[in-house]
Amino acid sequence: MLKVEETQPVEFSSALTVKFEEITSRYPEGKQKSALLPVLHEVQAELGWLSPAAMDKVAAYLKIEPIEVYEVASFYSMYFLKPQGKFVLEVCRTGPCCLVGAEKLMDHIENSLGVKEGEVTPDGLFSWRGVECLAACGFGPVLQIGPEYTFYENLDAEKVDTLIAELRKK
Amino acid sequence: MSEKVKVTIDGITVEVEPGTSILNAARQIGGDIVPPAMCYYSKLAGSGGKCRTCIVKVSKGSEKDPRPMPKLVASCRTTVMDGMEVQNITSPEVLEARSGVVEMLLINHPLDCPVCDQAGECDLQNLGYEHGLQKTRYEFERRTFERIDIGDKIQLHMNRCILCYRCVFTADQITNKRVHGILNRGDHSEISTYIQTAVDNDFSGNVIDVCPVGALTDKTFRFKNRVWFTKPIDAHRDCPTCSGKVTLWYKGEDVLRVTARKDIYGEVEEFICNTCRFDKKKTADWTIEHPTHISDASVIASNHYETMIPLPVIQEDLRLQQANKVELEKTAKF
Amino acid sequence: MARKLLLEHINVPGIHTLDVYRQKGGYRAVEKALKTLTPDEVVEEVKKSGLRGRGGAGFPTGMKWSFLAKPEGVARYLVCNADESEPGTFKDRYLMTHIPHALIEGMIVASYALGAKTSYIYVRGEMMPQIRILERAIAEAKSAGFLGKNILGSGYDLELYVQPGGGAYICGEETALLESLEGKRGNPRIKPPFPAIAGLYGCPTVVNNVESIAAVVPIINDGGDEYMKIGIGRSTGTKLISASGNLVRPGVYEIELGLPVEEFIYSDEYCGGIANGKRLKATVAGGSSVPVLPANLTLKLANGEPRLMSYESLSEGGFATGTMMGSGGFIAFDEDQCMVRNTWNFARFYHHESCGQCSPCREGTGWMEKVLHRIEYGHGKMSDIDLLVDVAKKIEGNTICPLGDAAAWPVASAIRHFRDEFEWHVREPLKSLETNYGIAKYAEPIAKPEVTTEN
Repeated sequence: MLKVEETQPVEFSSALTVKFEEITSRYPEGKQKSALLPVLHEVQAELGWLSPAAMDKVAAYLKIEPIEVYEVASFYSMYFLKPQGKFVLEVCRTGPCCLVGAEKLMDHIENSLGVKEGEVTPDGLFSWRGVECLAACGFGPVLQIGPEYTFYENLDAEKVDTLIAELRKK
Repeated sequence: MSEKVKVTIDGITVEVEPGTSILNAARQIGGDIVPPAMCYYSKLAGSGGKCRTCIVKVSKGSEKDPRPMPKLVASCRTTVMDGMEVQNITSPEVLEARSGVVEMLLINHPLDCPVCDQAGECDLQNLGYEHGLQKTRYEFERRTFERIDIGDKIQLHMNRCILCYRCVFTADQITNKRVHGILNRGDHSEISTYIQTAVDNDFSGNVIDVCPVGALTDKTFRFKNRVWFTKPIDAHRDCPTCSGKVTLWYKGEDVLRVTARKDIYGEVEEFICNTCRFDKKKTADWTIEHPTHISDASVIASNHYETMIPLPVIQEDLRLQQANKVELEKTAKF
Repeated sequence: MARKLLLEHINVPGIHTLDVYRQKGGYRAVEKALKTLTPDEVVEEVKKSGLRGRGGAGFPTGMKWSFLAKPEGVARYLVCNADESEPGTFKDRYLMTHIPHALIEGMIVASYALGAKTSYIYVRGEMMPQIRILERAIAEAKSAGFLGKNILGSGYDLELYVQPGGGAYICGEETALLESLEGKRGNPRIKPPFPAIAGLYGCPTVVNNVESIAAVVPIINDGGDEYMKIGIGRSTGTKLISASGNLVRPGVYEIELGLPVEEFIYSDEYCGGIANGKRLKATVAGGSSVPVLPANLTLKLANGEPRLMSYESLSEGGFATGTMMGSGGFIAFDEDQCMVRNTWNFARFYHHESCGQCSPCREGTGWMEKVLHRIEYGHGKMSDIDLLVDVAKKIEGNTICPLGDAAAWPVASAIRHFRDEFEWHVREPLKSLETNYGIAKYAEPIAKPEVTTEN
């Protein structure tokens, strides 16, 4: 169980609220819970992760119990329940990518960033993790970076270093 | 009333209402051929199908379509068809698969029965005894969680949980608000409130009764006694919230705990409220009915006589003697 | 050159836009279906075509459609399964990226056939770029009058929405997908009832894979009879194959079903052989869930005849010597790949992706992973190998959904065909950490079984 010392209140931007309305309009009346996954994506894109306070707010908006949001957010691997780096490098670590060097690439990223999987660099810019198959097996090794999940294919150590350098400049 | 359908389970034929599950048809026959159920709970809609201990073989689908079903099916969630033939304990395939399921349920279980309050009335303990292997083949560290209190009366011991979802259904269907649920995925799944919230409402204590293992236990009873040293007595009171029909568990003159009354499949007959369960622990709060019938197979029966030899507390209390006059006279005849 | 039905115009610049797609004959199927065919006639064409579900199970699509319950006054739904997550499979991503309108056109025709007024495309959340592409394409189609109210004056209304997933392989299972679409955890439902009776929001629902839906377009354009002429036997039409692993040219290929596996791997029209001049050691022919085969059984059946890329030929020989078409995720392993490591990797995948609902899968997948990890990292025991076979057997067939089988098959098949390599890992723990077992006899022709004449 999460030991929440103090829940920081969150505010959603007005753009986000407009987005919520558009999303909920896609489902039949009374089925607004269907909006939960897309809404959580939008919240995470804005805040970087899903704090309990943010999830409670989503629950209130969709008229469901907070536990229903926690259950869903903790089930799916894309939702971050802890703060992450500004850029999260998610490297595919499943079979076909490993046949073409994904494991070596993950070692390289660990060395380049100087942090272990799941940790955030001291400057708060990067974190990285291995994820399961990203459905791009023919173009491996691959990695993605949220919140738009930009995709980088056919990677090697050099390309990853260039990518990290570019992101640093952003 | 629509016409009844005929189903044969391990060679015994029974006629049941259409829409009945194989498991419930078997319960109508009764005895050894009833598949064990760890997650199904007839009083909770949507329960069942998850633990896989009740799997059976359908060797004939129905009179109309006699083909056997290709895989073993969960008897709790498979509806009988007219002319269906089912094999449970007569199928070695079923018994092997079931012992496999039991092994899976036990590989991460702490096996801490000596210090578990559920011991003696634990479905998993019974299942393990009947179907389990004597030795574990699992040589890795078991999954562990911290013990937590969900509210001041209930302790959650997640290590023991088999993820039957019964407590989740109970919170959804019996209480007015659910604050606990299943978090995470796969073998990291756990029952939790996620943030520290107390499970607190009039009926929350029922999660203890529906839990098939010692994952949710009554803190007011915790470590007070082994269940087989206590004597269950059915009693009732006029309760404004629930039916007030309970079982009192006595040790000497003291009521150590109060539970709902359970049937032979361990299911409660009626859900009870937290006031009855946690706050009414004096004999004077209750009208005593009679000793609870306990199956001979249960360890609790070992110490238990089904006659109404008045408990010492009743002998001393004239008011109680008066209230239980009819019952006392009945038993005096024996 | 083989016929291409789905990827014919893949290289046309701008094919992702409505204008170019229409110049190349796009949306003809919508016009034909809505203006000249009844919904039942569309279903009939698809039935005639022999199209089988391209998501993995291979169930005839037309048949699935005809099972849809049609109670009066109850909404019906079509949901496209674009939760492509099976390791080795990436055809749907490719199709949606490059020709999004092919999927949208198929969705309109299929929705019309099923009488759905609202349809959803459930795309895995990681494919956010593809979600944006589809949303743009839907907006284009809507402004051109192919979606919305009274499409092409036919009186038929349809709204089409894209739903993102949240990162869970299990949501590729159709009932888990529906749960997820309802905003819940992706726990597969206990069947029956099947979605055709009670699916999304308890209403009759059909769930189809992206490629199956896209294939409806050429079927309606050219007729089911024409489609059926392509392919071999009950494997009709063309299939997208995702080729990955140690190949010269991995990628997505559209093949006519019945192509010899050898030609697919080695010809220059397709994968161009094994990369870096190495030899083929093993393949997984249909996505990570299907049994792995050594090179010799990949190229030839047990009786020595060539194996073909078709549902029947790939499964020829059952699990003893065959595999499955699955989702068409073709993974090639070269001679330096370690089968133990790969099996462990796949086991970890299924362990990570098990929803945790039913006990054999929740506990068994983790157990298999731990045992395989131990063998791979040099402290396995000889008895572990039989233990794995037994645990796999205890999971297979005893779970709520097919993920249990999908987790058990790769382990069971790897031990069935590569037992020598597993034993070598146990016998030579140090050596196995430094080097690999190599190709051994896995590429040698299989001795023909002796012909015994029955009297």
